[in-house]
Amino acid sequence: MKALRFAFLIAPTIACLGTAAAASLPPPGAASCSGCHGVHEPASSAIPRIYGRDANEIVSVMTAFRDGSRPSTVMSRIAKGFSDDELRPIAAWLASQK
Amino acid sequence: MDNKHRPTRRELIGVAATVAMSLAVSRRAIAQAGARVIVIGGGFGGASCARALKQLNPLLQVTLVEQNPTFTACPFSNDVIAGDRSIKQQQFGYEKVASGGVTVVAQAATKVDTSARTVTVADGSVLAYDRLVLAPGIDLRFNALPGYDEAASEKMPHAWKAGEQTLLLRRQLEAMEDGGVVAIAVPANPYRCPPGPYERASLIAHYLKTKKPRSKLIILDAKDAFSKQHLFESAWKELYPGLIERVSLSQGGKVASVDSSTNTLVTDFGKHTVQVANVIPPQRAGRIAEIAGATDKSGWCSIDPVTFESKQVSNVHIIGDACIAGGMPKSAFSANAQAKACAAAVVTLLAGGTPTPPKLINTCYSLVAPDYGISVAGVYQPKNGLLADTEGAGGVSPLDAPHEFREREAAYARSWFDTITAEVFG
Ligand SMILES: Cc1cc2nc3c(=O)[nH]c(=O)nc-3n(C[C@H](O)[C@H](O)[C@H](O)COP(=O)(O)OP(=O)(O)OC[C@H]3O[C@@H](n4cnc5c(N)ncnc54)[C@H](O)[C@@H]3O)c2cc1C
Repeated sequence: MKALRFAFLIAPTIACLGTAAAASLPPPGAASCSGCHGVHEPASSAIPRIYGRDANEIVSVMTAFRDGSRPSTVMSRIAKGFSDDELRPIAAWLASQK
Repeated sequence: MDNKHRPTRRELIGVAATVAMSLAVSRRAIAQAGARVIVIGGGFGGASCARALKQLNPLLQVTLVEQNPTFTACPFSNDVIAGDRSIKQQQFGYEKVASGGVTVVAQAATKVDTSARTVTVADGSVLAYDRLVLAPGIDLRFNALPGYDEAASEKMPHAWKAGEQTLLLRRQLEAMEDGGVVAIAVPANPYRCPPGPYERASLIAHYLKTKKPRSKLIILDAKDAFSKQHLFESAWKELYPGLIERVSLSQGGKVASVDSSTNTLVTDFGKHTVQVANVIPPQRAGRIAEIAGATDKSGWCSIDPVTFESKQVSNVHIIGDACIAGGMPKSAFSANAQAKACAAAVVTLLAGGTPTPPKLINTCYSLVAPDYGISVAGVYQPKNGLLADTEGAGGVSPLDAPHEFREREAAYARSWFDTITAEVFG
């Protein structure tokens, strides 16, 4: 019984080790961005770089797209699908990807 | 003896059991970390998923089974048909996918045994998996349209899988005399790339206007409404007045049968014998999905919207055109976005965790002319067992936008293609 309890304690630790080897999972919504914004986007691309950019800057640009104060073609339509609470972790994750 | 506690035999057994159990657990954990994931299909969905799996957990053994040594992309293949682009620009190899640590098996998967968890490939080799991802794209339902089978497609190309068919349609347009009639038969929903037939009509019209201005194009449609309809129709009026005629379902546009010996398309209201016939037939999930038991009556695969796991068979996930993804259209962008969400879910499940509900984006650009782009976008999340549109988000380009806006969307369309193909294959 004791042994079992011990094993149960170990199990989650090891399961975590299993994922420790894995890169951090992007928060919901963040993984789709690379469909347009290349991770290694050259500065000359028609589509701006977002990986490694400052998180606050990403949030404020997305907010401006959402409320229409910043003109866009497609991003205003996408930004409307994300709340502030969703944007913050996405921006933090994008900022951490260099 | 001091009164330090000496382990009793019973306690020793207990410790031994603990060590044995923890070893067993750690072996299981290692097995999970080095778990085997097979992905069938190396297109926009499958190749993206294989690469994402390896990036998220480098310890996973990821195998990509793809029948063709080179992938030929459909997005922008309408440009190839209209003579504005070479097929080479559509083709990608798997060298980079392999050098990233994915084992690429260049064969067709022929059998899936979901209880033994094995995949058999064309040369008879059997591969074992812990989780299987199916991304086989579509198959054309030959014979769903009377008269239209594989042999007929050599005369009336579908060009709905890019490659030789794309080039055949292009050659037919080039060979056609000025004053000829081109017909495009469009199936009912669902099918790969909802705006694709109308983009094709636009770019063929562009070619005709420039090179064969006395010619006509007729769209025989099995639907009344279609994706980005107002944008397409207003652009056609402006750019190709009198050149494109569309016959909708309620006007009798549904093609009921074809005769490839005379290039004739038959509707309930009449016969159209034309110089070039592009017949896009009804479709279903790639055949291997059916072999795996993952398709339902519709011919497509229903999935759990959080993990993309099949509702029919366990440990099997389906992404891309082959799955029923609720509001998400069958597009390369969708397939790529789903691939990354599915990879995250598979990695989490193999580590014994609970996947987080994803949020997904789709953006589809269409060219109405080389410098005139329009788009549709959507944001999706799991709701009532489906991937549902996020309210208030998404939609199409504005109807009254200035030309500069259309030019910018065309430029973004090209950048999108370069970026996505680099992520998938580059
Ligand atoms: C004319 C046209 C224009 C389009 N334009 C756009 C666009 O602008 N934007 C956009 O987002 N989408 C576009 N699309 C849609 C896009 O092509 C598809 O949605 C996308 O390819 C789906 O990806 P997938 O991974 O599901 O399938 P695919 O990309 O078709 O990949 C499937 C792969 O699986 C392989 N395969 C199948 N069965 C087996 C087997 N048994 N064993 C081994 N390998 C197998 C195939 O060889 C293939 O490589 C367009 C489509 C068409 C036809």
